[in-house]
Amino acid sequence: MAQPLAFVLNVPETPEDPEGQEPSPYDESEVHDSFHQLILEQSRWAAEEGLELQRREPGTGALGDSGSDRQALLGPEDAPAHSTATLRILASMPSRTIGRSRGAIISQYYNRTVKLRRRASRPELKAASRSARPSLRLYDLELDPMVLEEEEKRTLLVKELQGLPVAQRDHMLRGMPLSLAEKRHLREDSRSPRGKPRTQQGGRGLLSCCGQLRDGCILALHNLGLALLSGLQALKPWHYALKRIGGQFGSSVLSYFLFLKTLLAFNTLLMLLLLAFIVGVQAAFPPTPLGSVPAFTGLELLTGGGRFTHTVMYYGYYSNATLNQPCVPTLDGSQCTPEAGSLPYNMPLAYLFTMGVAFFITCITLVYSMSRSFGESYRVGSTSGVHAITVFCSWDYKVTQKWASRLQHDNIRTQLKELLAEWQQRQGHRSMCVWLRQVAVLGLVWLLYLGTTLGCAVAVYTFSELVIERPVSAEREGALLALPVVVGLINLGAPYLYRCLAALERHDSPVLEVYVAICRNLILKMVVLGILCYHWLGRRVGALKDQCWENFVGQELYRLMAMDFIFTLLDTLFGELVWRLIAEKKLQRGKPEFDIAGNVLELIYGQTLTWLGVLFSPLLPAMQIIKLLLLFYVKKTSLMANCQAPRRPWKASHMSTVFISLLCFPSFLGAAIFLCYAVWQVKPSSICGPFRTLNTMYEAGKVWAGRLEQAGPGVSWLPWLHRSLVENTFPVYLVSALLLAVIYLNIQVVKGQRKVICLLKEQISNEGEDKIFLIDKIQCVYERKERSRIGRTEAAVRPPALLIDDADAC
Amino acid sequence: MGNKQTVFTHEQLEAYQDCTFFTRKEIMRLFYRYQDLAPQLVPLDYTSCPDVKVPYELIGSMPELKDNPFRERIAQVFSEDGDGHMTLDNFLDMFSVMSEMAPRDLKAYYAFKIYDFNNDDYICAWDLEQTVTKLTRGELSAEEVSLVCEKVLDEADGDHDGRLSLEDFQNMILRAPDFLR
Repeated sequence: MAQPLAFVLNVPETPEDPEGQEPSPYDESEVHDSFHQLILEQSRWAAEEGLELQRREPGTGALGDSGSDRQALLGPEDAPAHSTATLRILASMPSRTIGRSRGAIISQYYNRTVKLRRRASRPELKAASRSARPSLRLYDLELDPMVLEEEEKRTLLVKELQGLPVAQRDHMLRGMPLSLAEKRHLREDSRSPRGKPRTQQGGRGLLSCCGQLRDGCILALHNLGLALLSGLQALKPWHYALKRIGGQFGSSVLSYFLFLKTLLAFNTLLMLLLLAFIVGVQAAFPPTPLGSVPAFTGLELLTGGGRFTHTVMYYGYYSNATLNQPCVPTLDGSQCTPEAGSLPYNMPLAYLFTMGVAFFITCITLVYSMSRSFGESYRVGSTSGVHAITVFCSWDYKVTQKWASRLQHDNIRTQLKELLAEWQQRQGHRSMCVWLRQVAVLGLVWLLYLGTTLGCAVAVYTFSELVIERPVSAEREGALLALPVVVGLINLGAPYLYRCLAALERHDSPVLEVYVAICRNLILKMVVLGILCYHWLGRRVGALKDQCWENFVGQELYRLMAMDFIFTLLDTLFGELVWRLIAEKKLQRGKPEFDIAGNVLELIYGQTLTWLGVLFSPLLPAMQIIKLLLLFYVKKTSLMANCQAPRRPWKASHMSTVFISLLCFPSFLGAAIFLCYAVWQVKPSSICGPFRTLNTMYEAGKVWAGRLEQAGPGVSWLPWLHRSLVENTFPVYLVSALLLAVIYLNIQVVKGQRKVICLLKEQISNEGEDKIFLIDKIQCVYERKERSRIGRTEAAVRPPALLIDDADAC
Repeated sequence: MGNKQTVFTHEQLEAYQDCTFFTRKEIMRLFYRYQDLAPQLVPLDYTSCPDVKVPYELIGSMPELKDNPFRERIAQVFSEDGDGHMTLDNFLDMFSVMSEMAPRDLKAYYAFKIYDFNNDDYICAWDLEQTVTKLTRGELSAEEVSLVCEKVLDEADGDHDGRLSLEDFQNMILRAPDFLR
C-alpha cells in the first residue's frame, strides 16, 4: 500500500449504451488519484483535526453498558451507578432491543409478515411502499410471550417469507434494517424449499403447480420491469445536470430546476392534446388561402404577425365547417350519402371540446400534484421543533463539493446562532417604543409598496388606452411591441425596487421575508395581467369590430411571451454576470446569490401567459416548451459561472409546495376564469375562426346538442344530461354544498387528531416518569438484596434492628 | 441485458438486485467504484465471494463522503465490525440506504444509529453535543452548544428521560420532510 501505483482503469463498456457508460458525476481525476497521496493526506488531515476513530464498545450484553456512565438517567436522585443486575434488566427492555438486537428485528418482521398473510385481502404494494410518514405501529413488540432463540425466530421468519408472493417478499427484504449479507441469506433460504409449505396443506398438487407457474410469471415480469426501469433512467432528461446542480448548490436551488421540469411536462401534455385534435387535423385540411402571403422578415419572431398570421398558429386559420366531409351539404339541409372510409370532423366542436378537456386535465393534474406535495410537507400537530430539525435534518447529503459543504456548515452555524439569539430576545422584554416604531416602519413600507403597484397599474392602463387610440398600420408592426416592452420593463424593475423597500423593514424570521417578497411580486404581476385581460376582452373587441380580434389577442400574447424571454435573458446577463464582475472587482464581495423566488415567479408568469393565450393561439405551448428548454441551459450556465447558493436556508419541500400552489391558485385559476369568460360571454369575430357565425363560442356545443336531439331518441340522453347538469343551476349548488360539507368535516377530523396527539404526548411523558420510578425501585430492591447478602456473609451475629432499618430505606 | 459481466454470477447479481434498491447497471457501477478505491485489494472476480475489506481511510476519501462531517459514523454504522472497514456488501448496503429509493423509516433507523455516537441505542446529551460540534465545525462556543442541545432535548424528548429514543427520533422526523433527501 505504500508504493505509488500505476493505475489502469479497466471498465468493460456495455455495447447497448449509445454513448458508452454514463460518466460518473465527478471528475475522473478526483477518483483515480494515486492512493499513496490520498492516504498521506488523510492521515495528515486526521492528525490536524484530531479526528480519531472511536473504538466501538465491545460486546452487546448488559455488561457492556456498565462501562460508560454517560447514558445515566437523569432521575431525581441522579444516581449513575446501577448494579449489574439492574443493568441486565435494562438492557433487555423492549425499547432498547428494538434498535440493536438482530433477534428483535427478525421477530418484528416475522410478526409483520404474519399479519400480512393473515389479512383477507393482500394490501397493495403501493400502499406499503415509501411511506412519507414512518408508522410507529410497525415497530410493535413481540406478540408471543415465549422468549425464542434467535435461530428459531429466523426460521419462523423464513417460513413466513416463503408464503408471500415474490414481489412483496422482495419489497419486505429491501426495507428491513438488516445487513446485506443477512438479507441475502434470508432470500436464499426463503427461495429454496419452494413446494414444501404448500404440500403440507393437504396435497393440493394442482394448486402448487399453478402457484409455481404464477411465481415464474411474476419473476419474469419483475425482471422485465427492472430492465424497463433502468432503461427509463437513461431516458430521464437532464439527470446528470440536475445531480451536478444539487451537488454544488443544494436542494433549494435544485427545486427551481425541478419546477422548470414540471412546467415542461405540463406544456408537453397540453401540446400533445392540441396537436392531435386541432392543429394536426387543420394542417391536413388547409383552408383556401385568402390573399397574398406576406414575405418572411425577421420581425415575425418577435411580433408574431406578418408571415405567421394566416398559419396554424392562430385562431383565425381554423375553419368553421366540418372537415373531410365527403359531399357538400345543400342549402336546404338534405342528407347526402357518406362515402365509405371518410370521417367527418366537426372543427368548431373539436376546438371547443379539446380546449375544455385540456384545461380540465391540467386542472386535475395540478390539484393532484399540489395535494400530494402538500401531504408530504405538512403534518398534523407539528409544533415548533425548530432546533431539533435544524440539528438533525438540515445537513443536505446531496452536497459533494468542499466549498459547498463549507457553505452548509456556515449556514447551519448561522441558523443556530440566529435561533439562539431569537430565543434570548424573546426572553427579554421588548419595549413599547421599539414595537411601535417597528409597526410604523412596516406600515410605511406597505404604503410605499401599494403606491408603487398602483402607479405601475395606472401606467399600463394609460399606455394601453393610448395604443388603442392610435391604431398601428400594418407596415409598422414593430410599434406593436411598445406595450409588451413597457410590461417587461415593469416586471424587471419592480422586484429590485421592492427589494430596496424590504431592506428598510426588519422581519423576525427570514422565511417570512421571503414569503412577503414573493407575495408582493405576485400581486404586481397579477394586477398587470388583469389590466391587460380587461384591455383585450373589454376594449379590443370593440375597437377591432370588423377585424379578427382573436388573432390580435393571440399575437399580443405571443409578443408578451417573446419580450418576457428577452427580458429574462437580459436580467440573467446583468443581474448575474455583470453583477458578479462588479462585485468581485470593485466591491470585493462574493458572487451574487441565485434569486430562487424571483426566478420561480418568472416561470409562473410565463406559464400564465401560455394558459391565457392557448385559446387564441393553439401553438403557444410549443413556444413555451422551446422557451423553457432554452431557459434551462441559460440558467444552468449562468448559475455555474456566476452565482452561489443562497445564504438563507430554504426548506426545499415547503418551497416546492408553495410553488405548485402559486401555479394553481392565482395563475391557473385566473387563466381558467379568462377562458370561461371568453367562451361564454364574448362574441367571436364574424370573419375568422371556427365560431364566426355564432353569438358565443359556447353556442357550438348547444348547436350540436340541438342536432343530437333531432337525430333520434337513441342519443337524446346526451342533450338531456347537458341541459340538466350544465345549464341547470341546481346541481351546481348541490355539488358546492356537498364539497363544503366534506371540507368542514375534514377540518373537524384534523382538529380531533390534534387533540389526540396532545393527549398521547402527555401519556408518553407520564409513562416516561413511571419508567424512571420503576427503574429506581428495581435498583433499590437489588441494592437491598445485595446489602442483605453482604450482611449475611459477614458476621453471623447481627442486631436485627439494622436490617429493618435497611428495609425501610426503599 | 445478458450476462456480459464476469464479476458476479447471475445468482449473485440477482440477489443484489432483490436485496437493494439498485438495478443491475447501478450495482456494477458501484462495484467498479468500490474496486477503484483499492484496486490491489479488491479482486475483479467476486464469484467465489472473497472476504475483502477496504480500509476506512479509502472509504472516507470518496467524493460523496469526503466533506461530510459524519463520514466516520456512516462508515462505522455500515461496516461489519463497527470499525469503518467495509466489505462490498457493506458498501452496497450503505449506498442503497442513502439512495433516493429507500423508504424514510429505513433511513430514519440508520440515521438514528449514525447520530448515536456511543452506540447505546439512545441519543443522549453527549451524542447531541458531538453532532452539533461536527455540524458547525467547532465554531460555536461551548455554551451555545450546550444551549442548543438543551433545546433539542426539550423539543424532541417525549418521555422526558433526558435522551432521545428511536421513537422520539422518528416522531421528530415526521415533522421534517426534507430529511435525508
